[in-house]
Amino acid sequence: MTDLLAIGTRKGLWLARSDDDRRSWTLSEPYLLAQEVAAVSIDTRRPAPRLLAGIQYGHWGPTVMWSDDLGASWQETEQGAIRFPEEAGAALARVWQLRPDSPERADVVWAGCEPHSLWRSTDGGCSFELVRGLWDHPHRPTWEPGGGGAAVHTVLPDPGSDRVVIAMSAGGVYVSEDGGNGWTPRNRGISAGFLPEEPEYGQCVHKVAIDAGDPERMYAQNHGGVFRTDDCGKQWTSIAGGLPADFGFPIVASPRTPGTAWVIPLVADMQRVPPDGRLRVHRTRDAGETWSEFGAGLPDGTWASVLRDAFCADTGDPTGLYLGTRDGCVYASADEGETFTTVAEHLPDVLTVRAARLP
Amino acid sequence: MSVQVVLPGVLADLAGGHRKLEVPLGGGTLADLLDALAADHPMLARRIRDETGQLRRFVNVYVDGDDVRFERGLDTTLRDGTQVQVLPSIAGG
Repeated sequence: MTDLLAIGTRKGLWLARSDDDRRSWTLSEPYLLAQEVAAVSIDTRRPAPRLLAGIQYGHWGPTVMWSDDLGASWQETEQGAIRFPEEAGAALARVWQLRPDSPERADVVWAGCEPHSLWRSTDGGCSFELVRGLWDHPHRPTWEPGGGGAAVHTVLPDPGSDRVVIAMSAGGVYVSEDGGNGWTPRNRGISAGFLPEEPEYGQCVHKVAIDAGDPERMYAQNHGGVFRTDDCGKQWTSIAGGLPADFGFPIVASPRTPGTAWVIPLVADMQRVPPDGRLRVHRTRDAGETWSEFGAGLPDGTWASVLRDAFCADTGDPTGLYLGTRDGCVYASADEGETFTTVAEHLPDVLTVRAARLP
Repeated sequence: MSVQVVLPGVLADLAGGHRKLEVPLGGGTLADLLDALAADHPMLARRIRDETGQLRRFVNVYVDGDDVRFERGLDTTLRDGTQVQVLPSIAGG
């Protein structure tokens, strides 16, 4: 068993491997050096795992690349894997999210992109088709860009149905029950402190995660506020009580334990640093009713934040957690976030991490 | 009639390893040239223009030494023997 961690940064991709059940890690040489890797995925549904990377070629534009030999060689589609149709009058600005669907939909991969758009591939990520139901949604012209851009940054296909959940900064949460044709905003209860009153949509939801035991139960780290829904977003309630701050970017739900999720609080919108300069992970075991703080192995005296996709879990037992900071440090936990080991230091800003267990 | 395209080294791999390309073109505009380039070298063309056909923000194109952004952009007229140079702008961090 090998544990593989893909680390996408502002200037390249690194892979870390562990062959001793996540106790120690070996860091690779850089891949795609000098390219921004804002989205990465390890698709383990294939005979050979496929690395998918949403890259920005600096001057030369964004695209999706893939590797079927763990980074040794990379391919891209001649015409571009993600390419707006001419009548859309838009150009791809950044790939924010690459999300393989379930094993039953083996070649389906979703991509969330900037400008606000959702894409679906049926060939493993080599080419994508624009999801017109979202692109043509009457709300789209009024979705605002978040500070990072006008992005669909979260894509959560339900393996058991045709439901797809997306989150956007700053459009909020939308749900499709028919595979992407129709979309309904699901933001009631999520605050929008930057607006005079709570809107139907337009919230700056930073990340959404689905509970391991109930597809109707989701957690959201908002731009101010941490929330839970038990009815697939029809109503959200605050679960920020017990946290030192309700601002942050990522939220991760356990893939195996219902009610378990983690956040990494930052002080506030206007002070996006760890409280007191102490990088800490907070875990709930009861779906947000209470939180516990963990920090063994994480630094004090640090003022770097963790971005929305730079925090993830693996499928191990116990669950492994991985986080990367904007000052290029990567930490791994093999015990559900209670203690961490350092995987990497001094990398460029970490934009995304994704983990997989390989046989 | 042909136009010479001069590429930065970083793009040469996408043009068969060549930094200079002779593109047969019977007159026309810079847009016509880039369309012709896209037919033979689609990945190279994508580095220069996005899918709306616009020059990428940090890519500069010079026609006989003149920045086309200060000329007629993609409508800049090309003549037989014109040299078109593609250069990355100063950008990044």
